[in-house]
Amino acid sequence: MAETKEQFEPKIIGFLCNWCTAAAADLAGTTRAQYPPNVHPIRVMCSGTVDPMYILKALLSGADAVLVGGCHPGDCHYVSGNYKARRKIAMLKQIFKSLGLDENRIWLRWISASEGPEFARFMREVTEETRKQGPSPLASDWTV
Amino acid sequence: MTKSAMIDVKEGKVRQAINGFLKDLFAKNVVEAMLVPLAHPAGTNVVQALISDPSSLDRADVFAPVMPVNSAKILQAMTRLTPSDRKIAVVIRPCEMRAVVELIKLKQIQPANLLFISIDCPGAYSVKNYPKFVAEKKTSDDFVKAGFKWSEDAMLRAGCQICEYPYPLTVDITIGMIGLELGKLLVQAETAQGEAALKTLGFAIETDSEAAQKRQAAIAKLATEVKERRKKFFAKVREEIGGIDKLTQVFAACIKCQNCRAACPVCYCRECVFISPTFELEADKYLRQAEKKGSIRMPADTLLFHLTRMNHMGNSCVGCGACEEACPNDIPLLKIFQLIGSDVQEAFGYVPGRNVEEPLPASAFREKEFERVGEK
Repeated sequence: MAETKEQFEPKIIGFLCNWCTAAAADLAGTTRAQYPPNVHPIRVMCSGTVDPMYILKALLSGADAVLVGGCHPGDCHYVSGNYKARRKIAMLKQIFKSLGLDENRIWLRWISASEGPEFARFMREVTEETRKQGPSPLASDWTV
Repeated sequence: MTKSAMIDVKEGKVRQAINGFLKDLFAKNVVEAMLVPLAHPAGTNVVQALISDPSSLDRADVFAPVMPVNSAKILQAMTRLTPSDRKIAVVIRPCEMRAVVELIKLKQIQPANLLFISIDCPGAYSVKNYPKFVAEKKTSDDFVKAGFKWSEDAMLRAGCQICEYPYPLTVDITIGMIGLELGKLLVQAETAQGEAALKTLGFAIETDSEAAQKRQAAIAKLATEVKERRKKFFAKVREEIGGIDKLTQVFAACIKCQNCRAACPVCYCRECVFISPTFELEADKYLRQAEKKGSIRMPADTLLFHLTRMNHMGNSCVGCGACEEACPNDIPLLKIFQLIGSDVQEAFGYVPGRNVEEPLPASAFREKEFERVGEK
């Protein structure tokens, strides 16, 4: 089961907004931008629909990091879903900080449908950072 | 500006004086019914009761140091679908009142025709500890005489010992004692409705009376002390539960009965996601989860349950401690929820129960805030 640090391949769950970041992922694909395959994307209708419970469930069931991608502030397809997503992430991160858990495994980024290269760059950034952090202790703890 | 009057207290008999005041609300037709703590005939508990006959008020014991449930839940059950047609006085503790305000915002309580009366609260014991207090032949009058020392009585409920607001923040009428001489009772109208009620009762209302100013000054001093005490308390809690190892140790005793959720006044969902089909899985799905880690703790998702509750309710946590009281295995939930609550409420600049007009943090946003939150 146990992986050495060299073998460690981060498992990352990405919740991507249908209207922007998921489209940016498509654009990154069609333009053949290169990025690591560690992020498992889940398309959602809006970053605002991502309940902190989804992020927690992923982190407690084996994900080493979770990212949420939404529309730039002011550009939400549903007017203000991304601002609410931001509050949810701020809340979740504060709770992690208060409990002494690693809040740096939770990411939120605004990537529009036209930002394919930015999407690829962000996937590289998250994967590399998570690789540096090593396996998440939450991911392997059977008692959580 | 305060508008207040004094209630006469004879020979330190606070209970009698308050019951007289409450009876008057019936006699002068201010209200037709009342939700108020009555001494249970068993003698071992004081429970909330809805009374329509004022003669029951002989049993009323507002300051009795026991708090079996957070009464906000009772009002939710009574007024969620339709507001009351008839005027009801509601006599509750400040933490209960703060939960009421949160539930009004969450559209769970309709406050029309409710006259809210709250007290300067000296704290309360658990239902299981209250009989010990009774066995020593002590009464609520003794408790008030000795009381208002929240940090010094180790038998007080955990929530009461670190209570941030032992005085009402939003209410119609305050029954005040903090900072006043023993045996003095202040009634303060905080709203037009409260003022009208006091006038009907025949009180000569004074503006910024000496007693009211004394109480305000004492509360300001108390707030500074409490802030310091809570800071020290949270530093200790951070050490006790900080990090995944200590956190899992704390929740090792959890049986996921969800009593904490059922007792929490602000955990309002009619159907919690944790008892919904989302968490009714087939054996195969559990097995796939087990295969990821080699084994998983059952019942599954114990820590997920608590962490989710912190996310959903942290901003509205009023620190009443009902969760900890309800835990069969003495998990220090109040400590954990108050640590989280105070941190997130500070981050969002929010005080639950402070103002019914203040939007819930989850339903509001500002364009310029948390701008770097998603980055490392």
